[in-house]
Amino acid sequence: MLRLLNIEYHKLRYSKSSKVLIATYFILITFIALIASIEFKFGGVQFRVADQGIFNFPYIWHFNSYIAAILKLFLAIVIVSMVSNEYSNRTIKQNLIDGLSKKEFIFSKFLTVVSFAFFSTIFLFVVSLILGLSFSDYTEFSIIFSDLEYLLAYFIKLTGFFAFCMFLGILVKRSAFALGFLFVWWILESIARGVMEYKLFRDSNIAENIAQFFPLESMSLLVKEPFSRLNIIQSAATQLGSEFSKDYGVYWYQLLIVMAWIAIFVYLSYFLLKKRDL
Amino acid sequence: MNTILRLNNLTKKFGPVTAVKDLSFSIEKGNVYGILGPNGSGKSTTLGIVLNVVNKTSGDFQWFDGTQSTHEALKKVGAIIERPNFYPYMTAAQNLKLVCKIKNVSPDKIDEKLDLVGLLDRKDSKFRTFSLGMKQRLAIGSALLNDPEILILDEPTNGLDPQGIHQIREIITRIAADGTTILLASHLLDEVEKVCTHVVIIRKGEKLYSGPVDQMNASFGFFELKAANEEKLLALLHAHPAFGKVIQKGEIITAFLEEPLEPEALNTYLFEKGLTLSQLVKRKESLEEQFLLLTNEMSV
Repeated sequence: MLRLLNIEYHKLRYSKSSKVLIATYFILITFIALIASIEFKFGGVQFRVADQGIFNFPYIWHFNSYIAAILKLFLAIVIVSMVSNEYSNRTIKQNLIDGLSKKEFIFSKFLTVVSFAFFSTIFLFVVSLILGLSFSDYTEFSIIFSDLEYLLAYFIKLTGFFAFCMFLGILVKRSAFALGFLFVWWILESIARGVMEYKLFRDSNIAENIAQFFPLESMSLLVKEPFSRLNIIQSAATQLGSEFSKDYGVYWYQLLIVMAWIAIFVYLSYFLLKKRDL
Repeated sequence: MNTILRLNNLTKKFGPVTAVKDLSFSIEKGNVYGILGPNGSGKSTTLGIVLNVVNKTSGDFQWFDGTQSTHEALKKVGAIIERPNFYPYMTAAQNLKLVCKIKNVSPDKIDEKLDLVGLLDRKDSKFRTFSLGMKQRLAIGSALLNDPEILILDEPTNGLDPQGIHQIREIITRIAADGTTILLASHLLDEVEKVCTHVVIIRKGEKLYSGPVDQMNASFGFFELKAANEEKLLALLHAHPAFGKVIQKGEIITAFLEEPLEPEALNTYLFEKGLTLSQLVKRKESLEEQFLLLTNEMSV
């Protein structure tokens, strides 16, 4: 396993574009901290975002994993190109001739995917911890380390998304087309969902129940949007006479759905590679 | 004998096209093999199958004694097929280091092999800056990193300029002299003739011949003769039981043997009959002539 990771690391470390994208990704995560400095005047009242409780424990785990997940596209580009470049440089052929098995090839890519997700999670944990300790109103130990399931959800979500990217890279073999396909897939999912929601199953939650099994939808459900959970939004809504009653939790069956997709994507990648003549 | 590779009834179909048909042969240790065949005859497909990048349709193959999986066996093989494939953004040395990691061998030999293929002074240049000849030489160096039991080269001189071809041939000859088993696929006959001891000839995916180069044809060679009295010479040749076909082309008379005959014996025979020759040469068919003979025979 270490040998496979070492091989992938060797391939990535000399690639300038991969290094730049990975660095950008991690730097941008730290830029979440910059939100704290957003200040503006609102009808004569000084308004500081950091004071609105977004960096309060344990809410910060939810908020940061949601925001950081948006940046996953940077790593997605790295993953798609590290897979499809093996096709365009025809190095996959040489790798196999040199004695890497097809199983090992897929496994080495998947290990890289998992380690990207893992290091993102660790990094996010550290950044959030520092941010929280400097801005949170509550710093009791038990509060700091509650709601950590958002980080687990974040990890699974990234792994799932990257596994999808890896599969697309192998399926399409060209990085630009693979990313395009990802976008098309996202549109298709939205259309399918829309059709079900507004045409087929009006006034019931069947559409939602089906859509939660879609790959991208299931990943996005893992960490739901955190904004409507903020006090300020909640109170504004109450004043307007409406009430948000949304479930922000992370559920085991949602994790399970995404994990099933991960297994499917890895298996399909292997299946494709095995069947293909290079 | 030590068998390195054995193919049994290997078949590969691409849709309706049969690229390799029921192919069987084996590669023994220490020999230099040439796979000969015109373009599109299934040479590269055959190599692709045994190298784990093309899936076979039926039949099987066995590396070494057959106890290892193909990808484990390939760690003891050095192979390049078609064009050299490396990571363009890495230097020569970095690319070779990666190959070492895949093959699970120590990177100590990188400099030695780069030196062998004459690229030591360019070891820190990026692969993408290399010329085709340099890329091909790097590929050979890379294939040699594990001191392989067998070196497989598919059209190693394709697309190279005369100097490049010469350099690659020199390297191959040097490697062959070290006793490494080599399997060389090519459509260039003189290339195979220069280095190979054994040949496998395939056409349209079918094996026409496999065995030592000099036993390819049951031919005894031919004489090229010249004499002042051509008519008498022709008559004498037709009367001699050892000769079959006799062809006259300009001043030279070519007489093909149907049984062994030494030049001395022929000279004595003609002299005794009162004919003196101005030229007497005994030759064997070149690989090219044999190859054409064989492919024509089979197509009739």
